[in-house]
Amino acid sequence: MYRILTKKIFSPTIKLFEIEAPMVAAKAQAGQFIILRVNEQGERIPLTIADYNRERGTITVIFQEAGATTQELGCLETGEGVLDFVGPLGVPSEIENYGRVVCVGGGIGVAPVHPIARALKEAGNEVISIIGARTKELLFWEEEMRAVSSELLVSTDDGSYSHKGFVTDLLKQVIEERGNVSHVWGIGPLPMMRAVARTTQPYEIKTIVSMNPIMVDGTGMCGACRVSVGNETKFACVDGPEFDGHLVDWDLATRRLAMFKDKEQQALAARSCGCGGGCGCH
Amino acid sequence: MPLVTEKNPMPSQDAAVRRKNFNEVALGYSEEAALAEAARCIQCAKPNCQKGCPVEVPIKEFISLVQKKDFAGAISKIKEKNNLPAICGRVCPQESQCEKYCNIGKKAEPVGIGRLERFAADWELAQGVKAPEIEASTGKKVAVIGAGPAGLTCAADLAKMGHQVTVFEALHVAGGVLMYGIPEFRLPKRIVQTEIDTIRKMGVDIQVNAVVGKVTSVDELMEQGYDAVFIGTGAGLPYFMNIPGENLIGVYSANEFLTRTNLMKAYDFPNNATPINVGRRVAVIGAGNVAMDGARTALRLGAEESYIVYRRSAEEMPARHEEVEHAEEEGVIFKLLTSPIEFHGDDQGRVVGMTCVRFELGEPDASGRRSPVRIPGSEFYMEIDTVVMAIGQGPNPLVLRTTPGLELNRRGNIVADEETGATSKPGVFAGGDIVTGAATVILAMGAGKKAARAIDEYLKQK
Repeated sequence: MYRILTKKIFSPTIKLFEIEAPMVAAKAQAGQFIILRVNEQGERIPLTIADYNRERGTITVIFQEAGATTQELGCLETGEGVLDFVGPLGVPSEIENYGRVVCVGGGIGVAPVHPIARALKEAGNEVISIIGARTKELLFWEEEMRAVSSELLVSTDDGSYSHKGFVTDLLKQVIEERGNVSHVWGIGPLPMMRAVARTTQPYEIKTIVSMNPIMVDGTGMCGACRVSVGNETKFACVDGPEFDGHLVDWDLATRRLAMFKDKEQQALAARSCGCGGGCGCH
Repeated sequence: MPLVTEKNPMPSQDAAVRRKNFNEVALGYSEEAALAEAARCIQCAKPNCQKGCPVEVPIKEFISLVQKKDFAGAISKIKEKNNLPAICGRVCPQESQCEKYCNIGKKAEPVGIGRLERFAADWELAQGVKAPEIEASTGKKVAVIGAGPAGLTCAADLAKMGHQVTVFEALHVAGGVLMYGIPEFRLPKRIVQTEIDTIRKMGVDIQVNAVVGKVTSVDELMEQGYDAVFIGTGAGLPYFMNIPGENLIGVYSANEFLTRTNLMKAYDFPNNATPINVGRRVAVIGAGNVAMDGARTALRLGAEESYIVYRRSAEEMPARHEEVEHAEEEGVIFKLLTSPIEFHGDDQGRVVGMTCVRFELGEPDASGRRSPVRIPGSEFYMEIDTVVMAIGQGPNPLVLRTTPGLELNRRGNIVADEETGATSKPGVFAGGDIVTGAATVILAMGAGKKAARAIDEYLKQK
């Protein structure tokens, strides 16, 4: 069992776990992910690494309760653990001194963007970070992001906090006003990453996105996670998860992500604790 | 004693019933049937059967013990050479191995060696399996990468020789293809689990969730004090055809389809959380054992029609005859000399059909098989809503990419000595599908056994 050392609740559906996994922590790098399985009947789900601590031997993940498995995960408390936890998987982000870079984290995507921004800043880049959420209460890690960025901009879709609008508004503003943006990292839900890629395309700024397709093993043996990049089929788990956002086939990725929608609803109905929200665990 | 010309039949589930469940198809011999079958063995003065067995099971000797009703003695005899007999008795292609060399086989059906091995192993499983004796510790440490048939065999043999063995496995359970690939209805997972538990009892440390190439590397293992490394990472990289529409929803690799079903138990969704979608008409592309497993699994998951689509003819099908027969009995439909050239989808991106072409057989190619030649103008459309690509697997590159100094061949397999498994890197041995390309469980076990012997020699000289 991999023990949960810290649990933080950012909002009713967004939670953070710091999990004891020394072997993974020893090797983890920005841009990589883990796969976990809650219990014996559980499915394997991928989560991007939000932070790692080699001394404590821990990996931090942040997740949004979106279905049966993440709800079940969210019910776990400090001291409890998950049955399986494997990583670090995927290719690490390519970190160099590029000059001025922008790191955009949308919604839950703030978590995976965090170690990338930190590594970029440590490599000497001027890191302008932009984070956003639908509404104020879904926003997290503002201070943590500020700490690893040269500058931080924040947006909420409904204007309940800071800039009213989308992260892409702020991104366009930065590109227009500052110029000389070498690289953009955009991580979050598919529509947000697609919008980031669309925003930077006219400026021909290299834009890296972190694809989040359905995965099973995460080690390249099944191809469930295949994406089309520049008209070539890639396995996101071993070739990615980061790809050039201007080359990704977004329609395909969107459709493939919805592949098991009916089954996911069925699982939620079957596995939810049935409390309707009163049990205090979610 | 008059010669009984036919093998004692193995009772099995009725085809009409079994095509809808995941329970084991072949039910195994009763004690009575086992004794009757063992009696068919004439205990040749010069037996040939053993030379057909890649792990050198003393066949004549163990059958003699079955004849004497000494089942405990029989299984001990088998286990002198074979660490996974309940598995081998089920999945080995005996017709091309031990039973092919059976002297009785010249005049009649060969002795059912596999069925008797299975009987002895199942008898022991019912009694409770004891771990075999191991030799005094040598103080040497060996790392085994991959807990499939090659790795497990190598690990168990090394442990018997007194070496300290750690197995690193990427998935959350050991077993490799025995757990994720071969379906429950051919090889019940509790049997694999029991055999693996026995190997653990021998002192082998199996670390799951450990992806070598990510969490550590071969060189790091050597630096950490392992005296030798065995690579048995298999052929786990699925091939696709690279034709239009292959990324449509409903197109699976056989690895994904079988992993969801077997390892993750998607057939028991939502009690097990992993989903799988199977439509009404399923096309499995390919005709090896993996394809048969896919087509038979599709029926059990509720498909109304399950097709094997293969570009050569029945004669060239690489699957075991028995598997093809079982598939036919269960209602799998064979579309031979046929191959898809494009998959078509609906507005949701779900596969709804495929364009196929027909082939005829031309001259034999370098491998001796007659190569299929496409018939011009033979295109036709086939309505299907699920596709399983079972056209083969290649070597997974995770370990290979992170191991400098390891010589690979053109196809990306490790170059290793056939007798010893020695690679171009000192102290590093390899065996199984990672060396040969996708082959059989028993050949992988044979390679694991040879490598264990060579590693033992290497460690003695070190």
